[in-house]
Amino acid sequence: MLKIKDLHATINGKEILKGINLEVKPGEIHAIMGPNGSGKSTLSNVLVGHPAYVVTKGSVSFKEKDLFAFSPEDRSKEGIFLSFQYPVEIPGVSMVNFMRSAINEHRKYNGLEPLSASAFLKLMREKRSIVDLDVKLANRSVNEGFSGGEKKRNEIFQMAMLQPTLSILDETDSGLDIDALRVVAEGVNKLKSPTNSTIVITHYQRLLDYIKPDVVHVLYNGRIVKTAGPELALELEERGYDWIKAELGE
Amino acid sequence: MQEEFKGKNQLDVEQLTKEKYKYGFTTDVETDIIEKGLNEDVIRIISAKNEEPDWLLDFRLKAYRHWLTLEVPTWAHLRIPAIDYQGLSYYADPRAKKDGPTSLDEVDPELLKTFNKLGIPLEEQMALSGIAVDAVMDSVSVKTTFKDTLLEKGIIFCSFSDAVKDHPDLVRKYMGSVVGYRDNFYATLNSAVFSDGSFVYIPKGVRCPMALSTYFRINAINTGQFERTLIVAEDDSYVSYLEGCTAPSRDENQLHAAIVEIIVNKNAEVKYSTVQNWYPGDENGKGGVYNFVTKRGLCKGDNSKLSWTQVETGSAITWKYPSCILRGDDSQAEFYSVAVTNNYQQADTGTKMIHLGKNTKSTIISKGISAGRSENSYRGLVKVSANADGARNYSQCDSLLMGDKCGAHTFPYMDIHNDTAVVEHEATTSKISEDQLFYCNQRGISTEEAVGLIVNGYAKEVINKLPMEFAVEAQKLLSISLEGSVG
Repeated sequence: MLKIKDLHATINGKEILKGINLEVKPGEIHAIMGPNGSGKSTLSNVLVGHPAYVVTKGSVSFKEKDLFAFSPEDRSKEGIFLSFQYPVEIPGVSMVNFMRSAINEHRKYNGLEPLSASAFLKLMREKRSIVDLDVKLANRSVNEGFSGGEKKRNEIFQMAMLQPTLSILDETDSGLDIDALRVVAEGVNKLKSPTNSTIVITHYQRLLDYIKPDVVHVLYNGRIVKTAGPELALELEERGYDWIKAELGE
Repeated sequence: MQEEFKGKNQLDVEQLTKEKYKYGFTTDVETDIIEKGLNEDVIRIISAKNEEPDWLLDFRLKAYRHWLTLEVPTWAHLRIPAIDYQGLSYYADPRAKKDGPTSLDEVDPELLKTFNKLGIPLEEQMALSGIAVDAVMDSVSVKTTFKDTLLEKGIIFCSFSDAVKDHPDLVRKYMGSVVGYRDNFYATLNSAVFSDGSFVYIPKGVRCPMALSTYFRINAINTGQFERTLIVAEDDSYVSYLEGCTAPSRDENQLHAAIVEIIVNKNAEVKYSTVQNWYPGDENGKGGVYNFVTKRGLCKGDNSKLSWTQVETGSAITWKYPSCILRGDDSQAEFYSVAVTNNYQQADTGTKMIHLGKNTKSTIISKGISAGRSENSYRGLVKVSANADGARNYSQCDSLLMGDKCGAHTFPYMDIHNDTAVVEHEATTSKISEDQLFYCNQRGISTEEAVGLIVNGYAKEVINKLPMEFAVEAQKLLSISLEGSVG
């Protein structure tokens, strides 16, 4: 589904990604771990086309298509979803209007008629329950006045609404207490299917207690330096990242 | 790869920013224009062409003579290029013949085509929306509809020139009573050379059954347009008046100096809504309309109510302060405004609330949106006189910035002479960030649509005040005016 080959990217002229290679198959959950500044968030931003990042080398194919040929909004409509590490507030724009625009843009892209108001509200209700998102929050402006946990739930709620084929969860666990973490993780698990894939980007093992990865990668200094099964996450939790640096001779 | 990837995102924004004025076209109509220049003879010709009574010619001449003593005001936060008032023509009559048309068949087909391009076919307007349209194209009313229905209720809705002929006493009594001919440079000029406009009279106890609407359109090269609107609401009456306009693209700047006067008597209510979308000039600041308008209403009777709602997206320069004089006890006034400036547009707009009566109440909600290299200022005065016991004002002035090359300014003035007055002022400034837009993009919403969502969310308090017919158009206008202006 996703094939990343020798991906290099810069921000403000500084090279952050220095040759990433990664393949994600349908139904797989990949965890990408790594110390601060290793390039985890850059990777997710590059995949969704954030304009601040410049791809200098390499290729990414998504569902056999050149990902970079698509604008950020078309990447979304092609089925890539990013759960932001820091979801922004958009005052004045209600969640309902926001989601309705998003859903209808996706439908238009796929040659479908816009959802009727009642069908849309029904869908909202249904998906809200997946992450226990309060109806009051759904009526508020996008992320405005949401707590950290509510923002992350809101991300997973949007993911449920848009039903992406590839979801990237960028440090979704940061800033969450253990209860919120469980709710969010359960939401992600409910949305799992044999055709959908997930990339979980995280510092810590604890999210992976709830979302079981098939493959764990360690990203360090702009490259994937180690790839293994779920046991790698546990080892990182126990030993930190220093041993990896040592293995690399640093 | 690098070029291609980067180029894609940038191109989007650039193209969107350069969104051309969507209603840019001109109509080829025979226009009867007076020689350029301004002097007493020109004023006499205008007056004669309109077959005006002597008192009106006197009014014009007094105004003209006073105007000669005035200097162009420079206090606004605007850069106004010098205007050659002798280089303008002060009268244009789109009628080829002297007799006005009595039905649509008699209207110049070119004119009708223009209306169709604007999306306001008169027939459909008449049949579907229930709005009486007094369509002002250039300076002479082309067609007035629903007149008969209105007349049954005793409501007068006609062109200003017809009102002068048919209801001279009413016009004479009220004209200049709120905006005197000495009021300010542009109002004085208007008083000297005004061409035509609209007149509305709602008799005592009558609720006007439909929203009254006038479409203004500037359509003759180098013809300043000097409209005059006079609305009189007698005791216990109600009317909602809509003014909306678009104009064709022009390279040369066009001056527009209108006057709107409103008189609201005891227990009466007037709602005046404007959607203004005159040609703002191109993306380099070339061309565009100068909109220097004096709008003022007098809440004359006790318990009267006046509300101004405006959505200002057009014009190269806007100088406009729809104001209210709250003379009647317990009278109320509202000012709801959205002013959008993009590219090189400049706006200095706001209101004046003058509290004279007891327990008078005013509300000011101003939403400025600046983009490109534009300058957008709110300027407002709240004045409470010594006798205005229990006066209350609430003002909220918000600014929304898009990009970092535009300016937003707030100039609130307060002049309070009564200890019992309660005056509140709130102001915020916010910015549409790239992160917000990218967040929308990531959910499949294009930058264009995201700006529309954010701006309409920001302005909805004002948009909601507009009558339904206008609200939809206004929402579209906001998006069109700002498309992709975040860089």
